Amino acid sequence: MKFVDEFREPGVIGKACGEIRRLADPNRHYRFMEVCGGHTHAIYRFGLKDLLPPNIELVHGPGCPVCVLPMGRIDDGLSIGKDPDVIFTAFGDMMRVPGTQGSPLEHKARGMDVRIVYSPSDALELAKKNPGKHVMFFAIGFETTAPSTALILMRARALGLHNFSVFCNHVTIIPAIRAILDSPDMRIDAFIGPGHVSTVIGCRPYDWIARNEGKPIVVAGFEPVDVLQSIVMLLEQLNKGEAKVENQYKRVVPWEGNHAALKAMGEVFELRPYFEWRGMGFISQSALKIRSAYAEWDAESRFHVPGVRVTDPKAAQCGEVLKGVLKPAQCKLFGKECTPERPVGALMVSSEGSCAAYFNYEHRKNAVLTSIGA
Amino acid sequence: MTTTLPKLRFRDTQIEMAHGAGGKASRRLVEGLFAPLLCGNMTEPLGDAASVGINGTRVFITADSFVVSPLRFPGGSIGELAVNGTVNDLAVSGAKAEALVVTYILEAGLPTPILEAEVRAMAKAAACAGVLVVGGDTKVVEHGKADGMYITTAGIGHAIPGFALSAASVRPGDQVLLSGPIGDHGITILLARGELDLEAELCSDTRSVLPMVQALAQAAGPAIRWMRDPTRGGVATSLNELARDCGLSILLFEDQVPLRGAVRGACELLGLDPLHIANEGQFLAIVAPEHADAALAAIGPDAAIIGEIREQPAGTVVGANGYGGTRVIDMLVGDPLPRIC
Repeated sequence: MKFVDEFREPGVIGKACGEIRRLADPNRHYRFMEVCGGHTHAIYRFGLKDLLPPNIELVHGPGCPVCVLPMGRIDDGLSIGKDPDVIFTAFGDMMRVPGTQGSPLEHKARGMDVRIVYSPSDALELAKKNPGKHVMFFAIGFETTAPSTALILMRARALGLHNFSVFCNHVTIIPAIRAILDSPDMRIDAFIGPGHVSTVIGCRPYDWIARNEGKPIVVAGFEPVDVLQSIVMLLEQLNKGEAKVENQYKRVVPWEGNHAALKAMGEVFELRPYFEWRGMGFISQSALKIRSAYAEWDAESRFHVPGVRVTDPKAAQCGEVLKGVLKPAQCKLFGKECTPERPVGALMVSSEGSCAAYFNYEHRKNAVLTSIGA
Repeated sequence: MTTTLPKLRFRDTQIEMAHGAGGKASRRLVEGLFAPLLCGNMTEPLGDAASVGINGTRVFITADSFVVSPLRFPGGSIGELAVNGTVNDLAVSGAKAEALVVTYILEAGLPTPILEAEVRAMAKAAACAGVLVVGGDTKVVEHGKADGMYITTAGIGHAIPGFALSAASVRPGDQVLLSGPIGDHGITILLARGELDLEAELCSDTRSVLPMVQALAQAAGPAIRWMRDPTRGGVATSLNELARDCGLSILLFEDQVPLRGAVRGACELLGLDPLHIANEGQFLAIVAPEHADAALAAIGPDAAIIGEIREQPAGTVVGANGYGGTRVIDMLVGDPLPRIC
């Protein structure tokens, strides 16, 4: 398969691994954070940790939008769905995320009209086909998905479609990285930068990480070769004592980003003064709000939502895992009270959440490596 | 009369779609609620069919319900699935289906030509599999309550000579055989629903696997330890059940698993693991290593050796890719593709 096979080719992978071993100083421990949940998933899915020398530690970052959404927002969205005239729509990732009264899927089983959509335009189409219902799209995601939500809101306004609204939970990546760098228990040497987000925002917004914080960052793709190459590039920078932004994912990410997408976002969204991130608390100017010109399509303006803050169960250590302070398996609930089937924290829900990735692909694996002689 | 009530382990507060998806939740429901209340102190692991002794003869029995939406899809339809599904459950239990009974749950307003087409499809599939349909039942529910129709089939069969199947007989070093490419059925249904704006040249793989199983019995019968058709939950779920039932580990060679380009492409796009996608015309067999080649030749050119039984880590399926990485392969969790059979 084109664009896939060439990035999983054993020869190329072997070469990149050789480079990594050559460049990594055996007397040094490296902590690289992959910001994006897509990378976390790829690292476990492809068993990439097995290919790295033990002194290269990959730390999972906050770039899983489902994982950083506080439970109160899920409750708020579901409270709108309780109206029998409302069809609650969301991406599949959201369906098993628990609210205080259960996940969207559990609400569906009890009779709520909950539908999985693959893009916001599916939700808009649903509204057109069901003029007697109100279709609410529960929007989540970083800058990756925010432009498509923006475009659909522009379309709804152009069409004068009044039975459609968006419950906006879009967040932005830069403030989250800043919060991690500001965190006192942060010990990261360099970053593997998010690939998908960067297709929209480009590479320039990461400049300050290199310039002010002195940390190298390489924007990377999601195939095994991409991740390994980005590690090579980070090691090369560290060995030379450099800190700059580099783009490994040039086949997809333009340095300047996607102007049209950014323009659509600017037209529809403004920054919220602050927004709560699960496990990380309130981060200022870290999320998007629908502008007043689009208030008619803003579910938060059209419906009353409880807006109650819900704290995570005390024993869950999602915040520490999100910031990379704890490994998933070091959380007290991991694999016991909290599993992908019965998640307590959101990191266990999304396949991009580090706990779910760790549970699905890594957990129980240690004995394996010996058994296959690796 | 006093009876001790069996202890129920099923704690889920309500039934959700995942309980019918064939993965972890289904297993919890069957083992935690149905089996303890209905089957008493079962010691045998739950298989695709049960065997009972009647007057000294061993008879195999199974039942399967079909709620697929849409009713017709490229390569098959609900009627054909309903016959093949039950024939296959018996076949992979080492039995040849002899007779089926059929229950139709029909929705008021179902056009007769649609029903007739499905009955014809069943007749054709039954003739093809060499099984008689000997009776059944019909119920009709109000319009809007059954998506056109649901079909249940139950079948009985007798043992195919030459097999001695049980998870307990599986040994380290045994080879894992797969009859052909996976994921065709699940992805075909997903695309047939037309919700994705994706198109592919792909057909359901629904078919009777009985001829292949019979060929296998002839070529390597006593060397075959265990078989299963990886329907809902896919190859990953079936192999996890085996790993648990035999207390051993399964090492899967991921790049040896036969997979069509269209299935692989759809899975890459949708973030699905082909190992979790349903099949309706494939089966897995565990075979003693010295008979693996003979078994492979008997099944046919699409078959492949996709893995090997190891001792550790017990109860776990591990995937090894072509470049030195490994991962744990778990059962299906949740229900990514509901109502596929």
